Amino acid sequence: MSSALIADITAPSVNYYMLAPILIVLGGAVLSVLVEAFYPRESRRSAQIALVLTTLVVAFLAVLNIKVDAILGFTIVNSLAIDGVSVFLQGLIILSALVGALLISENRIDPLGDAFAAQSSALPGSEDELAFTERGWYQTEIWSLFLFSVGGMLIFPIANDLLTLFVALEVMSLPLYLLVGMARRRRLLSQEAALKYFVLGAFSSAFMLYGSALVYGFANSVELGDIAKALSASAANSNLMLVGGIFILIGLLFKVGAAPFHQWTPDVYQGAPTAITAFMSAGTKVAAFGALLRVFYVALSGLAWDLSAVLWAIAIITMLVGTIIGVAQSDIKRMLAYSSIAHAGFLLLGVIAQSKAALDGSLFYLAGYAFTSLGAFAVVSLVRDASGEANHLGQWAGLGKRSPVIASVFTLFLLALAGIPLTSGFVGKFAVFAAAYEKGLAPLVVVAVIASAIAGFFYVRVIVLMFFTDASGDEVSVVVPSFATAAAITITAVVTIVLGVIPQPVFDLLSNALFLK
Amino acid sequence: MTAYAWLLVALPLAGAAVLLLGGKRTNAWGHLLGTAMSLGSFGVGVATLIEMLAKTAEERETIIHLWDWIVVGTFHVPVALQLDQLSISFVLLITGVGSLIHIYSIGYMAHDENRRKFFAYLNLFIAAMLVLVLANNYMLLYVGWEGVGLASYLLIGFWIHKPSAATAAKKAFVVNRVGDVGLSLAVMLMFTAFGTVTFGEVNAAAESASTQTATWIGLALLLAACGKSAQFPLQSWLLDAMEGPTPVSALIHAATMVTAGVYLIARSHAIYDIAPIAQTAVIVIGGITLIMGAIIGTAKDDIKKGLAGSTMSQIGYMILGVGLGPVGYVFALFHLITHGFFKAGMFLGAGSVMHGMHDDVNMRHYGNLRTAMKITYATFGMGFLAIIGIPPFAGFWSKDEIIRAAFSHSPLTGIVTLIGAGITAFYMTRMMAMTFFGTARWQDDVHPHESPKSMTIPMMILSIGSAFGGMLLLFVANIESWLEPVVGFEHAHGGPDSSVLIPVTLTIVAIGAMMGWVQYAKREVPLLAPTDVSIFTKAARADLYGDTFNEAVFMRPGQYLTRSLVYVDNKVVDGVVNGTAGLVGVVAAQLRRTQTGFVRSYALVMVLGVVVIGAIAAIVGMA
Repeated sequence: MSSALIADITAPSVNYYMLAPILIVLGGAVLSVLVEAFYPRESRRSAQIALVLTTLVVAFLAVLNIKVDAILGFTIVNSLAIDGVSVFLQGLIILSALVGALLISENRIDPLGDAFAAQSSALPGSEDELAFTERGWYQTEIWSLFLFSVGGMLIFPIANDLLTLFVALEVMSLPLYLLVGMARRRRLLSQEAALKYFVLGAFSSAFMLYGSALVYGFANSVELGDIAKALSASAANSNLMLVGGIFILIGLLFKVGAAPFHQWTPDVYQGAPTAITAFMSAGTKVAAFGALLRVFYVALSGLAWDLSAVLWAIAIITMLVGTIIGVAQSDIKRMLAYSSIAHAGFLLLGVIAQSKAALDGSLFYLAGYAFTSLGAFAVVSLVRDASGEANHLGQWAGLGKRSPVIASVFTLFLLALAGIPLTSGFVGKFAVFAAAYEKGLAPLVVVAVIASAIAGFFYVRVIVLMFFTDASGDEVSVVVPSFATAAAITITAVVTIVLGVIPQPVFDLLSNALFLK
Repeated sequence: MTAYAWLLVALPLAGAAVLLLGGKRTNAWGHLLGTAMSLGSFGVGVATLIEMLAKTAEERETIIHLWDWIVVGTFHVPVALQLDQLSISFVLLITGVGSLIHIYSIGYMAHDENRRKFFAYLNLFIAAMLVLVLANNYMLLYVGWEGVGLASYLLIGFWIHKPSAATAAKKAFVVNRVGDVGLSLAVMLMFTAFGTVTFGEVNAAAESASTQTATWIGLALLLAACGKSAQFPLQSWLLDAMEGPTPVSALIHAATMVTAGVYLIARSHAIYDIAPIAQTAVIVIGGITLIMGAIIGTAKDDIKKGLAGSTMSQIGYMILGVGLGPVGYVFALFHLITHGFFKAGMFLGAGSVMHGMHDDVNMRHYGNLRTAMKITYATFGMGFLAIIGIPPFAGFWSKDEIIRAAFSHSPLTGIVTLIGAGITAFYMTRMMAMTFFGTARWQDDVHPHESPKSMTIPMMILSIGSAFGGMLLLFVANIESWLEPVVGFEHAHGGPDSSVLIPVTLTIVAIGAMMGWVQYAKREVPLLAPTDVSIFTKAARADLYGDTFNEAVFMRPGQYLTRSLVYVDNKVVDGVVNGTAGLVGVVAAQLRRTQTGFVRSYALVMVLGVVVIGAIAAIVGMA
C-alpha cells in the first residue's frame, strides 16, 4: 500500500467523552472474558458479579456526566448521535441492567444454585448434567454475554446510520439468544425458546438488512439525516424507499414485539430463565423502542403519511392481540408476555403521533414500564413449588393469605401494568394517549382505552386469585429472597409508586430530550 | 401560655395515639394516662383564661397560626387556632367536664376489659372537640366536626358485641352524614361567595353579602347543626345513642358534642344577622324540637332515654335562643354551659344508679333509692332543681333569660318556651319520683349500693356547678359583657316584664311538677308499663314516630332504589359486561390457536404480515 493512499484517509474524530458509557460497558465485557479465562472457578462467580455491578455503576456515572444541555452531536463519522433522548435512554437501560444484574445474581431461591444450567453444554437429563449440578458449578459466561448485550442495547437507540443500527441490533441480540437457552430447569423448553428466538430474529434481521440496502439505493446514503433530506428532496413517491422503509420497520417492530411479528414473545418469555425474561422485557423494549422512535422521527418522518395506514393497522392489531389472547392465558409468564405485547401497541401511539409531547410520553412510558416489568418478573421468580417456579395461575390462588407482602407488591405491579392512577403506568398511558389525541388520533386512542379495559380484566383476575380465592392445595411456597432480589423488588416498587405520584421531575428532565437531526 | 395553646389539642391527641398504638402494653396505666392528658389540657385552658382575663376586651381575640394547610391560588386555609371569649368558654367546659368524666370512668369502666381503648376514644373525642371549637376557619372546624363524629361512632358502638349498640352507632353515623352534607355545602357556598372560609374574613364579607347568599349559607349551616345537635328532623339518632356507656352519654351526648350545632350558629352570627329567613328557620326548628324532646321525655321508662329526650329539648331551647339574634346568642350559650353541668351531672347520677342496679335502666324497677344511694340522690336532685328552673339553681337563670328573649321576639315563641318549661318540670319530676321516691320495686337479686368515690366525687363537683354555676356566670363572671365582643349582645325589648314573667314561669313549672309528683310518687307505679294508654302516650313512647317517618320517607324508598339499581346492575350492566367478556373469551380461544408453537408457522405469519402490510401501503399509495 502506497503512502499516498494512506494520506487520503482522514482518521474519524471520536468523542470519547460522549461515548464513555458504551466504552465502559464493552470494556467491562472484555474484562469479563478475561476473568472467565484466568480466574479460578471457586471465586469466578463473585468476581464476575463484582465486575458487572461496578461496570454498570461506573457507566451510569458516565451517563450522568454527559451534560445534556451542553455538548451534543454526532461522533465517529456521524454514525452515533448523542442527544437528549440518547442520554435518557442510556441511563434507563443501564439502570434496568443494574436491576436485571441483581436478579441474575440470585442463587438462594433455587436450592440447586442460580437460574442457569450448571453447564449448558451438558445434555438435558444426562448423567453429565447431574454431575455438574452436584459439583455446584456455575455457568459464569453469562456475565460476559450479559454485558455485551447491554453494550448493544446502549448503541441501538443512538445509532445514526442503518449499518450501525444493524450491528448494534446483532450485538444486543446474539448474547440474548444464548442466555435465553440456558435455564437450569425445564431446559428443553428453554432451548426450544432460544432456537425460535434465534431463527425468527435472523429472519427479521434479514428484512431489516434488505430494507437498508433498498433505502441506500434510494438515498445514496445510510445516514438517517441524509435519508430524511433525500425524502424531502424527491417530488414523487418512490416505491424503493417505501418498501425499504417498511422492511426496516419490520426489523424494529419484531424487536419491540408488535403484531404480527410478536409470536416469539410468549414462547421466549416463558422459556427463558425468569431473570433474563425480566431483563429482556425492560432492556430490549427500551432499546428497540428508542431505535424505532429515532428511525421514525429522524429518517422516515417524510414518509409518515404513506406509512400511517400501515402503522395504524399494526398498532390496533398489536393492542387487540396482546389483550385478547392475554385473557386466555393460564401461565403467569405468558400472561406477562402478552401484556408486554399490549404495551408495545400502546407505545406505538407515541411513535405515530410524532410530536414533542408524544416523545416525552413515550420515554416516560418506557421508564415506568421497564421498572414495573422487572419487578413483576422478579416476584414471579419467588413463587415456587418443588420442581421450580410455580407459573400456572391456578397455583397462585390464595397467595395473599400466605404471603401478604409479596402478593401486595405484585398487586402494585399489576395495577401499574393496568394503568391505575397513582402508579407510573397511569401517568405514562395518560401522557401517550393525550399526545396522540392532540394529534388527531382519536380512533386509535379509543381502541387503546378499550384494550386497556380488556387488559385490566386479566390483571385484576390475578389479584382476585391471590386475595379472594382459596388455595388449591398444591404445595406452593414463596421463597424468602436474598438481598439482591429483595433490593430489586424494593427499587422497582418504589420507582413505580414515585413515578406515579410525582412524575413531574421526570418530565422536567425530558424537556431536554430531543432528537438530533 | 397563649403561645402554647396547641398543647390543648396535642395532649389528648398524644394520649389517644399512645393508647391506640401502644396496644395491650398500656392496659395497666392507660386510664391514668388518658385522665392525666385531659387534666393537662384543662390546666392549659385555665392558664390561657387567666392570661386572657388580664387583657382588655378588644385584645382578647388571638389567632395562633400553626401552619399552612391548603394553599391553592388565592384560596388559603391555615391550620390556626382562634382563642377568644367564646372558644375559651367551650375549652373549659369540654376539658373540665371531660376530665371529671374521665375520672368517673375509671371506676365505672373498672371491670371492662377494653377500658384502655375506652380512654383512648375519650381522649380522641376531647382532641377532636377542641379542634372544632378552636379552629379559626370552617375547614378546620370541619375536621373537628368529623373527628367528634368518629369518636361518637366508636363510643356508641363501644360494646360492639351488642347488636343494638352496633346498629345505634351506625344510625348515628348515617344520620350525621346527612347533616355533614349541610356543612360541606355551607363551606363551598362560602368559598364561592366570599373566596375565604376563615371566620374573621367571612364575618367581614357577610356584611356586604346579598341576603339570598346569606340565607342559603344559613340554611345549610342549620342542616349541619340539626344533624350534630339532634334537632328535628335529624333527631332520631340521639335516643339510640344511649346504647353507649353512660359516661359517653354524659360527655358527648349531653354536655359537649351535641351542642356543637349551637356553637356553629353562634360562630356564624354575622351570616344569620342579615338572613331573617334563616333565623326564623332556626327558631322554628328549635321550637319544634324543644316541645318534641320534652314530650318524648314524658313517656320513657328507660332513665337514659328519658334524659336523652330532655337533652334534645334543652338543646332546642339553645337553638331557639341563637335564632333570636343578638338578644339570644349570649343566653343560649349561657344555657349551654349550665346545661353542660346539670345534664352531665344527672347522666353520671343515672350511671351511678345503674351501677347499683345491675345495669338495669328501667325506672319501673327503681323506687325509693334515696335511702340506698344518698350521694347520688343529692347530686341528681341538684341537677333536677337546676333543669326545671328553680331559683337560685343554674338552670333558672339561663332558661329564664331565654324565655324573656323569646317573648321579646313574639308571643308565640315565648309561649312555646313556657309550655316546654312546664313539660320539663313534669317529666323530670316523674323521673325523680320513679327513681328515688315511692316504694322500692327492685328486682329480686338487686341490692342497691352507693358507687365508689371516683364516681361520686365528679358527681358532687358537677352538682356544685348545677347549684351555683348560673349565679357565678351571671353575676361574677358577667357573661353578657364577656361574650358580647364575639357574638354581640342587645337587651331584650318588649314582651312582659321580669316581675311578671318570673312568677308566671314558676307557677307553670310548679303545676307541671305537682302533676308529676301526684301521678308517680303518690300513686303506685306498675312494674309493667300500662298498655291501655292514650294515643298521645303511644306516640310519645314511639319517639313521636321519628323512626317511622325516617323509614317511610327515606329508608324504604332508598331500599327500593338500591334494589332497582342492583337489579339493573345485575341484568343490564352485568349482562353487557359479561357478554363482552364472554365474547372476548371466545375470540381469545380462537386466536390462541394461531400460537401453534411451531417456528415455521410463526415465520409464515410474519411473511403474511409483510404481504398484508405491503398491500395496505400499495393501496394507500395508489389512492
